[in-house]
Amino acid sequence: MDKGTIVKVSGPLVIASGMKNAKMFEVVRVSDEKLMGEIIELNEDEASIQVYEETTGIGPGDPVYLTGETMSVDLGPGLLTSIYDGIQRPLKSIEKEAGSFITRGIDVPALDYNKKWDFKATASKGQSVIAGDILGEVQETNLISHKIMVPPTIAKAEITDIQSGSFTLKDVVATIKDENGKSHELTMVQKWSIRRPRPFQAKKIPTEPLVTGSRILDTLFPMVKGGAGCIPGPFGAGKTVTQQSLAKYCDAQVIVYIGCGERGNEMTEVLIEFPELEDPNTGEPLMKRTILIANTSNMPVAAREASVYTGITIAEYYRDMGYNVALMADSTSRWAEALREMSGRLEEMPGEEGYPAYLGSKTAEFYERAGSIVCMGSDKRCGSVTAIGAVSPPGGDLSEPVTQNTLRVTKVFWGLDAKLAYKRHFPAINWLSSYSLYLDNVADYWKKEVAEDYAKIREEAMTLLQQESKLEEIVRLVGMDSLSPKERLVLETSKSIREDFLFQNAFDKDDAYTSHKKQYWILRCILSVYKEASKIVEKEDFDFNDLLSLPILQKVIKCKEIKPDELEKFEALEKEVTSAIAELGSKVN
Amino acid sequence: MQKEYKTLKSIAGPLVLVEGVEGVKYEELVELTTPDGSKRMGKVLEVHNDKALVQMFESPQDLTTEGTKAKFLGKPLEIGVSQDMLGRIFSGSGSPLDDGPEIIPEKKLNISGAPINPYSRDFPNDFIQTGISTIDCLNTLVRGQKLPIFSGAGLPHSRVAAQIARQAKVGGDEKGEFAVVFGAMGVTFEESEYFINEFKKTGAINRSVLFINTAADPVVERIATPRLALTTAEYLAFEKGMHVLVILTDLTNYCEALREVSAARKEVPGRRGYPGYLYTDLATLYERAGRIKGKEGSITQIPILTMPEDDITHPIPDLTGYITEGQIVLSRALHGEGIYPPVNVLPSLSRLSPTARKITREDHEGVFAQMYASFARGLEVRDLAIILGESALSDIDLKFLKFAKEFESKFITQEENEDRSIADTLDLSWKLMSALPRNELKRLKEEHIDKYLNTK
Repeated sequence: MDKGTIVKVSGPLVIASGMKNAKMFEVVRVSDEKLMGEIIELNEDEASIQVYEETTGIGPGDPVYLTGETMSVDLGPGLLTSIYDGIQRPLKSIEKEAGSFITRGIDVPALDYNKKWDFKATASKGQSVIAGDILGEVQETNLISHKIMVPPTIAKAEITDIQSGSFTLKDVVATIKDENGKSHELTMVQKWSIRRPRPFQAKKIPTEPLVTGSRILDTLFPMVKGGAGCIPGPFGAGKTVTQQSLAKYCDAQVIVYIGCGERGNEMTEVLIEFPELEDPNTGEPLMKRTILIANTSNMPVAAREASVYTGITIAEYYRDMGYNVALMADSTSRWAEALREMSGRLEEMPGEEGYPAYLGSKTAEFYERAGSIVCMGSDKRCGSVTAIGAVSPPGGDLSEPVTQNTLRVTKVFWGLDAKLAYKRHFPAINWLSSYSLYLDNVADYWKKEVAEDYAKIREEAMTLLQQESKLEEIVRLVGMDSLSPKERLVLETSKSIREDFLFQNAFDKDDAYTSHKKQYWILRCILSVYKEASKIVEKEDFDFNDLLSLPILQKVIKCKEIKPDELEKFEALEKEVTSAIAELGSKVN
Repeated sequence: MQKEYKTLKSIAGPLVLVEGVEGVKYEELVELTTPDGSKRMGKVLEVHNDKALVQMFESPQDLTTEGTKAKFLGKPLEIGVSQDMLGRIFSGSGSPLDDGPEIIPEKKLNISGAPINPYSRDFPNDFIQTGISTIDCLNTLVRGQKLPIFSGAGLPHSRVAAQIARQAKVGGDEKGEFAVVFGAMGVTFEESEYFINEFKKTGAINRSVLFINTAADPVVERIATPRLALTTAEYLAFEKGMHVLVILTDLTNYCEALREVSAARKEVPGRRGYPGYLYTDLATLYERAGRIKGKEGSITQIPILTMPEDDITHPIPDLTGYITEGQIVLSRALHGEGIYPPVNVLPSLSRLSPTARKITREDHEGVFAQMYASFARGLEVRDLAIILGESALSDIDLKFLKFAKEFESKFITQEENEDRSIADTLDLSWKLMSALPRNELKRLKEEHIDKYLNTK
């Protein structure tokens, strides 16, 4: 094994000499404790190495061993339900090895290589295959059938041997012969470099919404399967709660949740909660479709940088099987800070606020790995990766570099607002500043799957909310009395939209998830009050308090308590609204 | 045999450069001996070929480039811990300040600690009753949480922290002993005496360990002080099964010490001159709170920091808020009105309270949401009234205005020794809410309104 010698240690950065044979991004083992590191800069025979573990006790003269490999992850059955650190070491095995605290130099395999899996061959001997073709399946959890595929590196080949049966990950399940006549023995595991996007045949424009059960997200600012979005917000505004409820309720088939430089207790919460929570779409425990990557804020900073790449590579792998995968990264600001820290130690010329000049391009590269695609393989199956990154701008100031660079490449912006959070209006997503550029993409789906006039109703609600913000300015200056009854109606309706539709309690098990159709009906009922009342408010004798004291309004307020399987009750409610207000109208001139 | 070097090249602030060294390791402990024989400790901050950059933990006063000897000890900074530390007072670098004997350590621990494996953590959910309504009802504290107090210069954060330390108890079962570890960084003599006396008065001193670095003590020592405190806390919690409350004050001084070292190293600064790694560094302190599966004890942290200019977006409170599980914000305006404890309810938050609210009383969740929302509305009305005058307000608005007033004078306000039980606090909330129109109580469940609301 090639070997160099350390000349400098400064925190997670180690510089070694005698590294002529090293490649960029090669993985090295530092000192005799074999700490994992990655080469990030080469200068003649000196290499700068970022070390993924604590470097205490390392010094000049210690050896550095080259491995010839790049930073990569093991992809195969057993990923689901696991919890990994930033460099794909399973935290469960680390606990077994080292106890409750993470010490260093622990080398544990990412997957359990001794566990037996039932491999069911779906291709047969003699069949010719291309990269990405499915050779067989393993039922990984009762939700996900894990497809064993021809690795993307083998373009075309013929199956010379394949067998169904019970195998460990070490066993060969198929042998294929490529065009050059070279034989490859395939196990159920693929290795893939985390910094290289996995290939696909073609990218598509995403058109199917990612249904999240959150009323403000689904109705006002929809996300699509294969889209990219960001959630910036100051602390305490609910980034993590939003990310977690997305992970719980969105209708992706596989979830990759990256806790990047965040709190340890939050990951514990997910670990305790997810095995108990039921997936609203399948009724199975949520954990069975989830992979967690936890590199908490006090774990080594270089591994934090790697964690988002580890996560998205795993997401791409499941996408390649033809699944819709959703990836949550909480928070990308911590990832950017890790970049900044390494850049500072490398003594690079800083860009804005000390961040490296390549922050923008790195951010763009990451979000571009999301997308709706046609997978490799002859069956032209489709898959998607949806990437949603939380951003933690210092002081809640969105003009800072990480937010700005993220906004340039994401199409959905869910802006969290401290003021709303102070009022305990959750999710504290500001309806005036947030946006989704996918509205046109989902228009057809909405028409077909939800309701013909869903987009129209959404538009009406948005207009009312916009008007409200203007009217509130006036009220603040001259008081409520100066408003016309029509304007008051706008205020009352938008208040109802805010309090009875947008407000949603993520901790209440009935309220946390609302189906798409029910969202439509709640909003429609609220707006029906507006529609009917606007017909009568301009009558001369009309008294606003008469309208507000109508008992039917209390029913509208509570209409979100109607069970999802009793949607016909909404229709009845809407009729009641119409007749009650019409009756009121007939009494005044 | 450890070699001694007499090759000190430069001394700049807290940094010492030693040349011609061999076999020096990163983070290694260094002992410097001045020509007159006194000893100072430091650690290796960076090592490049035969040059070692040493950061002092103690004052560099009297160090010389000629004649001072540097000895590299081959191990990181450790603290000797023992259960006998309870009841004792130590300096910011860990030597006894009281008249007691030296501690005979049961074991020696690296003060940097190691990160708790997220998989091994147990989720904090034991409700700690502090007896302070604004905390118990609205910002519930749980065992294993880190909940800082964001204060300002001149605000009574010490009194609030002492009150919490005095009154904190867990309802029902009392398994495991309770201990307080107190770390003071750069506080005034009077402030540190206040805490010592408070602990002595209540007898709490016997189950407390105090680490005191006053404003007069060396600045760089402050970087070690919280780590000594937390290492002791980890030992008491996870090896001796105690429930440890760690109070750290004042984190702002700690961060300034960090900035001083960073500036001396000529690092590229982040916001306001603080180093780019401030977040990571603070995380290595705050994340040492928590509970571990299969272990009896727990560490609950209440760090105190003073926000420069009361600015919550200043890097120190900002980064702290991103790491800790909520924050209790004190308000200068309330303090000015003579309200104690001056908890600014709206920006205060406890992230772990949703689980805690489930185990206190069935109506807690609803009461919490309704009290918050109503008070927020009351404050909005108050703003409106300032511009338009009260006469322009509707009847409903007037009710909210009155509610906000009572909220401040009856709910927030309490005596320094008033220990309200959670039931008292919730009942008080219902009493205040009974003044509001029933159809405005949207966040409460009907059945709870029927059961608890006294409509007279």
